Amino acid sequence: MTTAYDIPMKQDQLESSESVPILAVSNLHKSFESHRVLNGISLSVNRGETLAVLGRSGTGKSVLLRLIIGLVKPDSGSVFIHGRDIANLSLDQLGEFRKKMGFLFQHAALYDSLTVGENVAFPLEHHKKEMPRSEKTDRVRRLLAEVGMEGDIDKMPSDISGGMQKRVGLARALVLEPEILLLDEPTAGLDPISSGEIDDLVLTLQREHQMASIVVTHDLHSAKTIANRLALLDKGNVVIEGTFEDLQQSNIEFVQEFLEHA
Amino acid sequence: MSNRETTTTTTTNPAFPVQRAAPISTQASPGIGLMSDFFEWFGSLGVFSWQVLKAGVTPPYEWRELIRHLDEVGSKSLPLVAMAGAAIGTVLSMEARSSLSRFGAKAMLPSAIVYSVVLEMGPIITGLVVSGRVGAGIGAELASMKVTEQIDAIEASAINPYRFLAATRILACILMLPLLTLAADATGVLAGWLTQTLVEPVSLRQFIDSGFSGATFNDFLPPTFKTAVFGLIVGLIACFQGMRTRGGAEGVGRAATNSVVLSSLFVILADVVLVKFILVFFP
Repeated sequence: MTTAYDIPMKQDQLESSESVPILAVSNLHKSFESHRVLNGISLSVNRGETLAVLGRSGTGKSVLLRLIIGLVKPDSGSVFIHGRDIANLSLDQLGEFRKKMGFLFQHAALYDSLTVGENVAFPLEHHKKEMPRSEKTDRVRRLLAEVGMEGDIDKMPSDISGGMQKRVGLARALVLEPEILLLDEPTAGLDPISSGEIDDLVLTLQREHQMASIVVTHDLHSAKTIANRLALLDKGNVVIEGTFEDLQQSNIEFVQEFLEHA
Repeated sequence: MSNRETTTTTTTNPAFPVQRAAPISTQASPGIGLMSDFFEWFGSLGVFSWQVLKAGVTPPYEWRELIRHLDEVGSKSLPLVAMAGAAIGTVLSMEARSSLSRFGAKAMLPSAIVYSVVLEMGPIITGLVVSGRVGAGIGAELASMKVTEQIDAIEASAINPYRFLAATRILACILMLPLLTLAADATGVLAGWLTQTLVEPVSLRQFIDSGFSGATFNDFLPPTFKTAVFGLIVGLIACFQGMRTRGGAEGVGRAATNSVVLSSLFVILADVVLVKFILVFFP
């Protein structure tokens, strides 16, 4: 059966085509030494859609995001951005695709020698050199205001809490106005109130920016709040993919067990 | 919306790589394991060097970062290097005076101090001091960035970490070492003169004239510029150790220590080779 990936298209046609998902992974395999982490994962996400990837700890959820952004190379399989396979591109070739992606790391990964404002501005300083300074400053301030951190622009990362660092990380991930947003455990380690605030923030930003998002989480409540579809991983495979109602109606033992303990 | 249900049983995939054999070091004798680790280290260093070289010579260039590191490596190391040079000059003056007096060659003291400092002591002391201060700093900083995913964040932001982090630091070390060596040489010669003057007064002018008499550029420039190779060694090893760190706080400590130890060792070994090279090509 011919899929959208089989039809050769010019790059600009690919980016505007509605039939090609913005982001898709096909038959991804990855193992680390003797430990098989991903065993033929295939998923896709369209513009304005959020896919939550759930599973037990150590099932390769974060590895999936790292494969998508290119921090890790797959053993086999493909990662398609606008129909173009980027899985085996070189570091510099990946650059153009990475500018279309925003990544929120599990622990925010803020640059500890830069202030909050400088952290958010960092991608702008490198990729938008022609942008006037006032416009850069306005964009940084606007994003920090969206995440509720505008009053902390001159603070250092060590001076703010983990939840606040995640907000700043989110602002940094959005500063280049990406088409794709990858979130690695955005609520991990946060109290329930802070988790709820992050969920609301992601939902608001998603509505405003209409990105294709993948959220990796083990928090089912968070996934239900922010995602259109959920995919449950186990032993390197996608056990089920669908809405939360689809998961609830599933007869698969692992799915029922996961929902019961979530 | 798609609705896919699959079984949880895994299936074998002919494209999936065959499980690799256990590392050699866990199977054979410790000696073979050590050799294997040794070659693995060199091989990885070679690959890392190639990545840095490729990144460093292709635009966009990170001029702002380079200037920041020139300051960090150069001007912030200057006081320590100058003090080390002065200490060496003082010690040389005291020791050389004692030795030369036995042979009735006290008049050679200024030349002995100047040639010793400029040809060898200044460069090697500068290399070792910078290896300790800068090597440890770079190793620890990059290791800390590695374990906190900051390097991954830089790469995810479509910025080449080999260019932004490594090439700038290595180039700064290469450019600053010869200049720091000149500073060490200057303070070494000055301290040597001061020590001499305290025992047997002689003017600085006379000391310099006597010390540099008969000297040519070939005598002093190659030993000074060989420190650019020391800078390459210190920068490269420190960046390599930092950027391949694993293991949290322990890994950071190990990276800093290894950066100093290995760069100091290779500076000394390189000095042996470079001295021979200079003697052959700049007789």
